[in-house]
Amino acid sequence: MKVYVPRDSAALSVGAEGVARAIAKQAASRGWDVSVVRNGSRGMFWLEPLVEVETAQGRVAYGPVSTEAVADLFDAGFLAGSKHALCLGPTDEIPYLKQQERLTFARCGIVDPLSLSDYRAHGGYRGLQRALRLAPDEIVIEVINSGLRGRGGAGFPTGIKWKTVLGASSDQKYICCNADEGDSGTYADRMIMEGDPFVLIEGMTIAGLAVGATKGYIYCRSEYPHAFRTMQRAIAIAYEHGYLGESGYLGANVAGSAKRFDLEVRLGAGAYICGEETSMLESLEGRRGQIRPKPPLPALEGLFGKPTVVNNLITLATVPIILDKGAEHYRDFGMGKSRGTLTIQLAGNIRHGGLVEKAFGITLHDAIYGFGGGTASGRPLRAVQVGGPLGAYFPDSFLDTPLDYEAFAARKGMLGHGGIVVFDDTVDLAKQARFAMEFCAIESCGKCTPCRVGSTRGVEVIDRIIANDNRTKNLELLDDLCELMTDGSLCALGGLIPLPVMSAIRNFPEDFDKPAPISPGIFDSKNRETHPWR
Amino acid sequence: MQAWDADRAQARIRELERLPGALLPILHALQEEFGYIHPDATPLVAHALNISHAEVHGVISFYHDFRHRAPGKHVLKICRAESCQSMGCDALVQHIERRLGVQLGETTPDQGLTVEQVFCLGNCALSPAVMLDGEPYGRVSPGVADFLIDSATRPQ
Repeated sequence: MKVYVPRDSAALSVGAEGVARAIAKQAASRGWDVSVVRNGSRGMFWLEPLVEVETAQGRVAYGPVSTEAVADLFDAGFLAGSKHALCLGPTDEIPYLKQQERLTFARCGIVDPLSLSDYRAHGGYRGLQRALRLAPDEIVIEVINSGLRGRGGAGFPTGIKWKTVLGASSDQKYICCNADEGDSGTYADRMIMEGDPFVLIEGMTIAGLAVGATKGYIYCRSEYPHAFRTMQRAIAIAYEHGYLGESGYLGANVAGSAKRFDLEVRLGAGAYICGEETSMLESLEGRRGQIRPKPPLPALEGLFGKPTVVNNLITLATVPIILDKGAEHYRDFGMGKSRGTLTIQLAGNIRHGGLVEKAFGITLHDAIYGFGGGTASGRPLRAVQVGGPLGAYFPDSFLDTPLDYEAFAARKGMLGHGGIVVFDDTVDLAKQARFAMEFCAIESCGKCTPCRVGSTRGVEVIDRIIANDNRTKNLELLDDLCELMTDGSLCALGGLIPLPVMSAIRNFPEDFDKPAPISPGIFDSKNRETHPWR
Repeated sequence: MQAWDADRAQARIRELERLPGALLPILHALQEEFGYIHPDATPLVAHALNISHAEVHGVISFYHDFRHRAPGKHVLKICRAESCQSMGCDALVQHIERRLGVQLGETTPDQGLTVEQVFCLGNCALSPAVMLDGEPYGRVSPGVADFLIDSATRPQ
């Protein structure tokens, strides 16, 4: 009998490890032959630890399961899928999952992440098999035709980027996967690394074949130790384990094709800026993560000065299904210029937080209320921040915005990596605006003046606004500073941090028009005790 | 974690120095071994990679992860990013600081516990989130934080 208990970090964070041990122990003491598979997460985090059992009628889910509940589940006969207060019925019938369109996440939470045979049994490596039959430019055309755009936030057409790298001549090219998922409210990259790492390996291998790169690096943030270790193990397995007498999936003879692709996962070191592609390349080369001016584009002069594909993890993990099912299949999902699916990540003050993969075009409202069930606190929703710390704060009157790159841009927002952070009515947008500038000051790489100096000046100006010190003039000054940072910064950190700041002022002006608090500097610990917001 | 040992450090550097872009992997290895980057490591690394002391120092000081002094026996990282803010992480930080009598970035006087801030642990559907010695915890109320701190610092 098979029982599934996730090994995903979020599941572990609410006790999945103890539950897995308790199930093994109960099974042993009752003489049942149970194998506990440590899968990834299905992405319904309010139900974690979500335990599934394999029955004749398919997988049946129970959750959230605590260690204490395990004996009771055995008593109730959960191994046969019996009724229990925690029983959620057949997993695939849970509305949250059933209403999704899972392409990139088709296997996540279903397979054993470190089983190559499981991966293949669920459609894995079919994309690579097809890619091996195509010429490099045919692979690139397939990706262009799919309409896939970079999922890291910028939304640049992936196939066009690949075409540039394919067209560059060099003795060495690289594929770099950006897994420095630093935006608050996002965890899709982590879920793939922990739940379906082979799909990333396959996607990067296909990218290598497409552009003629023989070496890949995954830049994984250090805040994800479990993802890093799972990725390391998956890569080792892909190198070692030939399948049914074939050669391995990495190394000098990828799947018996006589083509080479080597892959390594590297660890970041806690710098948000290394999610910016040129900073990431600097970091991979062993330097401070300071951004490089563009041009030259990394596609022409990237890692170690060689032509390099830099793609977000979700982008690369989506490539296998495009190759497997064809560009049209993928392109049929979505709206306007946003084709395919978006991996929405519901986060913050939300009742049913989790991963929702849907075709582009569903509204913020449907994501937050239809899937998310409203706020976790039960209080009214007041603001949402979409797209991480560089994304705009939207009021509830903007919830009709469809999740689409252009629709967000039209409202001076940014879809980014698809993270949605919900705030209830206790939020203070002046405080959030100040935090945005403070975050920029902490994380600025220091390369350009608008970001390095502007962010610190921004904190000071917002402090004066909050303190009601020449408020009107300081709001004008902040507007001017934000314009300068937008136009003058070298990269998206300084260039986009005005987005949360100005959207907070524009959409929540009342929060910047309150009586002055006792003391500014809310994040200075010496002020914590006295500040009315704390 | 063990006390600084130049020979041991040299051995770890040797294992990794041939990697392309070896500096971050080396620094991670040294911090994993000793809990921080000892000042004496700088010349060893610089020599191994044929770069200047300044370059090594510049990289160590650029990244938030690399510590300049030994941390406590346990390390508690508390997420302070937007998602956790929306679920009250500021109150959680205040609670933990008050309880331990230290501020973020500091270590308790008995060297038992270091508390650090972090911007996002990728557990944003279960905010507020913390990480204790590399293990994630979600939906961390002040009560849960007390439990974690008690279990980590309880005398063995």
